[in-house]
Amino acid sequence: MAALEIHNVRKEFGSERVLKDVSISIDSGEFLILVGPSGCGKSTLMNAIAGLEPVTSGNIYIDGEDVTWRTPADRDIAMVFQSYALYPSMTVRQNISFGLEMRKVPKAERTAAVERVADLLQITHLLERKPAQLSGGQRQRVAMGRALAREPKVYLFDEPLSNLDAKLRVDMRTEIKKLHQRLGTTIVYVTHDQVEAMTLADCIAVMRDGNILQLGTPDEVYNNPVDMFVAGFMGSPSMNFIRATLEDNSGGYQLRIATPGEEDLILPWPQERVAAALAERLNQPVILGLRPEHFSEEDERLTSQAEGTLLSTKVAVVEPTGADILLRLPLGEHEVTARVGPKCAVAAGERLALRIDMGRAILFDSESEQRIA
Amino acid sequence: MRDTLPMKNTAATPLGPGTKRSAPSGSLQAWLPRLVLAPSVAISLFFVYGFMLWTFVLSLTSSRMLPSYNFVGFGQYARLMANERWWVASTNLMIFGVLFVLICLVIGAFLAILLDQKIRQEGALRTIYLYPMALSFIVTGVVWKWLLNPQLGIQAMVQSWGFESFRFDWIVDPDMAIYTLVIAAVWQASGFVMALFLAGLRGIDDSIVKAAQLDGASLPRIYWRVVMPCLRPVVFSAVMILAHIAIKSFDLVVALTGGGPGYATDLPATFMYAHAFTRAQIGLGSASAMLMLGGVLAILIPYLYSELRSRKHG
Amino acid sequence: MANVIRRQTPAARLGRGLLYGVLILAALFYILPLVVMLMTSVKPLSEISAGTLLSLPQNPTLEPWAKAWGEACTGMRCDGIGGYFWNSFAIVIPAVLISTTIGALNGYALTKWRFKGSELVFALMLFGCFIPFQVVLLPMAQTLGWLGISSSRAGLILVHVVFGIAFTTLFFRNFYVGIPNELVSAAKLDGAGFFRIFWRILLPVSAPIIVVSVIWQFTQIWNDFLFGVAFSAHNTQPVTVALNNLVNTSTGVREYNVDMAAAMIAALPTLVVYVLAGKYFVRGLTAGSVKG
Repeated sequence: MAALEIHNVRKEFGSERVLKDVSISIDSGEFLILVGPSGCGKSTLMNAIAGLEPVTSGNIYIDGEDVTWRTPADRDIAMVFQSYALYPSMTVRQNISFGLEMRKVPKAERTAAVERVADLLQITHLLERKPAQLSGGQRQRVAMGRALAREPKVYLFDEPLSNLDAKLRVDMRTEIKKLHQRLGTTIVYVTHDQVEAMTLADCIAVMRDGNILQLGTPDEVYNNPVDMFVAGFMGSPSMNFIRATLEDNSGGYQLRIATPGEEDLILPWPQERVAAALAERLNQPVILGLRPEHFSEEDERLTSQAEGTLLSTKVAVVEPTGADILLRLPLGEHEVTARVGPKCAVAAGERLALRIDMGRAILFDSESEQRIA
Repeated sequence: MRDTLPMKNTAATPLGPGTKRSAPSGSLQAWLPRLVLAPSVAISLFFVYGFMLWTFVLSLTSSRMLPSYNFVGFGQYARLMANERWWVASTNLMIFGVLFVLICLVIGAFLAILLDQKIRQEGALRTIYLYPMALSFIVTGVVWKWLLNPQLGIQAMVQSWGFESFRFDWIVDPDMAIYTLVIAAVWQASGFVMALFLAGLRGIDDSIVKAAQLDGASLPRIYWRVVMPCLRPVVFSAVMILAHIAIKSFDLVVALTGGGPGYATDLPATFMYAHAFTRAQIGLGSASAMLMLGGVLAILIPYLYSELRSRKHG
Repeated sequence: MANVIRRQTPAARLGRGLLYGVLILAALFYILPLVVMLMTSVKPLSEISAGTLLSLPQNPTLEPWAKAWGEACTGMRCDGIGGYFWNSFAIVIPAVLISTTIGALNGYALTKWRFKGSELVFALMLFGCFIPFQVVLLPMAQTLGWLGISSSRAGLILVHVVFGIAFTTLFFRNFYVGIPNELVSAAKLDGAGFFRIFWRILLPVSAPIIVVSVIWQFTQIWNDFLFGVAFSAHNTQPVTVALNNLVNTSTGVREYNVDMAAAMIAALPTLVVYVLAGKYFVRGLTAGSVKG
């Protein structure tokens, strides 16, 4: 059954509509990530679930019960805040047991819960310290411990890793994933970091301007984005958008890309991906979306790559990242980014032959920015 | 789980935006903040706004010993305008207010800048500069009355050092007595202004000064051109606090000069008190209180306006 | 601002000397009146008329202090200012405690439980900080009469609480604005209510602003003269009013040493508070006034 259901939730501050008719449903044990740029309404939605802000209309159900007008305390949820919000005057132990104390849990049980959580998060040695004596990573653990101690129905994480430095962030990300796998808890997690979203989620909700643009698995959101915004938001470096014209190619379709100073590039559209929507846009401008990994360096020894379309172009910038190399090259009106293997020996200014995997390319309408095919 | 099933059904029913709001279960909690604030709001409405209105009403009456509600329009204000003592008091306030504010600002800023030069014993000096602020104006008045006493105070002391012709008898000179108020008030409040400026200076980003140094500016120039402009909010706060002290000044006059010689050092605050409480002129006293309020508002409203505006615009 | 690099040239050293000279002169300006007050208060009258302000006491005596405390005339009565000193405490302590408590709750409610109109409520109350009190004197006198507490300590306590909460609310509001709201959200999720959050979460971190509020209210109320002179009778006067009466009582010889001893007595509590806790006060207060 659905552990959390959000029905047509709207939130308005005066005339400003922060949430416009949001509906989500997740099952028990699912890890939902709300992702989007700042101001998209994800934190407001989180606060609405927590009961910290009343909604203008709509309903919120936790475990089938309508909690829309319940106080935060009566919703049986726990939250990990971006700033951790550890009570500065209390020790770590008191911080973790405070919620249990408020719920009148007997002392012995509280102590047991604290021990259990501290053991789980390896913070037993910190229990008698005050938050001010902890490092950022330790505070983060305590904040999670405070949420875990109560064993609520739903956990809310509000950008919990954004105050950590890069290395610690990756470690804690893994740790959260492990915890989720081990405890099978229902989690709603807000982030603006698409890597966190991809790595942690069972289900991603991409938000923008108070709407949910797409709700799906990380794979769906990454490989089948509904529009240019979702496509561009997920993935780093982000998807390349190239202006092209859709043309007839003796029954099939092809894309013509005009690159200043180069010959027009013709990319045939794969037969198996022809859709009805294409016919309507014949001889009209469309946007071709190619992820950096849809390019690959031509290697004559491998015949399996022969399916892609060959592109020969002058490389503008070479950016080795260690694991692979990012190339900036002119394609269409702008430069695009291509990701190639670390062995690729090419210098800026040289010409390079690249294959484009049109089987995974995506077409968008140039006006509505919605996906066509 | 069984009892949750019907809930699921209602959940599935689409609910329009006009769905009735059942109160959250913690409705008392929702009202507690307002309940907690209510007494203070009531107090403020009655004792501040109500009393202001009341005093205004009194100022329109012919009340003398006791409040009466025999209305005479703005007659009391007309009487006030024709009252020489009121004009002396108002003029005194102008002189006292302007000098007090300016001198406090200059001394306060100057001492703060000097103290900001990595001074040894800064803490001790700061304590000495600031302690008069802890005193009552009555104590300040008593002390300075003694210091300014021509027979036994500073004048006598300097004369005993051999400067026989030294004169410092302002406190008994009707033309100069108002300046003794300025001296005593500056003594009391300038250290506080220093503390405000010092806190402001400490809040300024070091890199601004370093950048100015690299640009080749001399230290006094850096302070004048780079640092002081950053302290505009401090100047503003200080002016407000000082102007406020000046307009309310009552105790200092009472203790230092008693308004004298004659009524040479009367201020509106002492004028109001004298007429309302000792000379049985409640109507006239109320009118003068209203004019004092007008004076405060004339300073306060632009201040609050600019504060709120600057806050909104970051 | 202190990290300015300097070259140690002779000119610079001369500058440093000058700097210290000016600072010490300024210190003398501020400290000498206190020194004179203290020295005068332990001199016999004969020494005062013979010597000057700065001549050291030859035969120090505590006689003037004893007289100021227990015998000096304040108006009609001649029993010193000792009783009034305790009067002041009897007024100050409850007034400070009540106004600080109310201010803390107000500041908490205004910042952590915002509601429609809470900013307006704050602006409304803030205004009370700025009015000249002359404008409330006459209605206050009459209201105290109606309440049956005119000329009583209770009346003065009420007046000081009423006009003190504007300041204490301002202090606590400005302080609590800086405390992250997420702390309160977290406590709400943990199941704590309005008062519990205040008591367990906010109050334990409020020490700096409590110090500011208590010191401010203590000095304001202790040093008050206007309300004291307007709303007290001879047996409920605060010490400032008694001091003023003592100094202005013109019977017999002017005893300057007794005047100074009385002034010292009236000044001591606030001076002690300032010396003990002044640095916390300045830190808290200036932080508030610089940031607005």
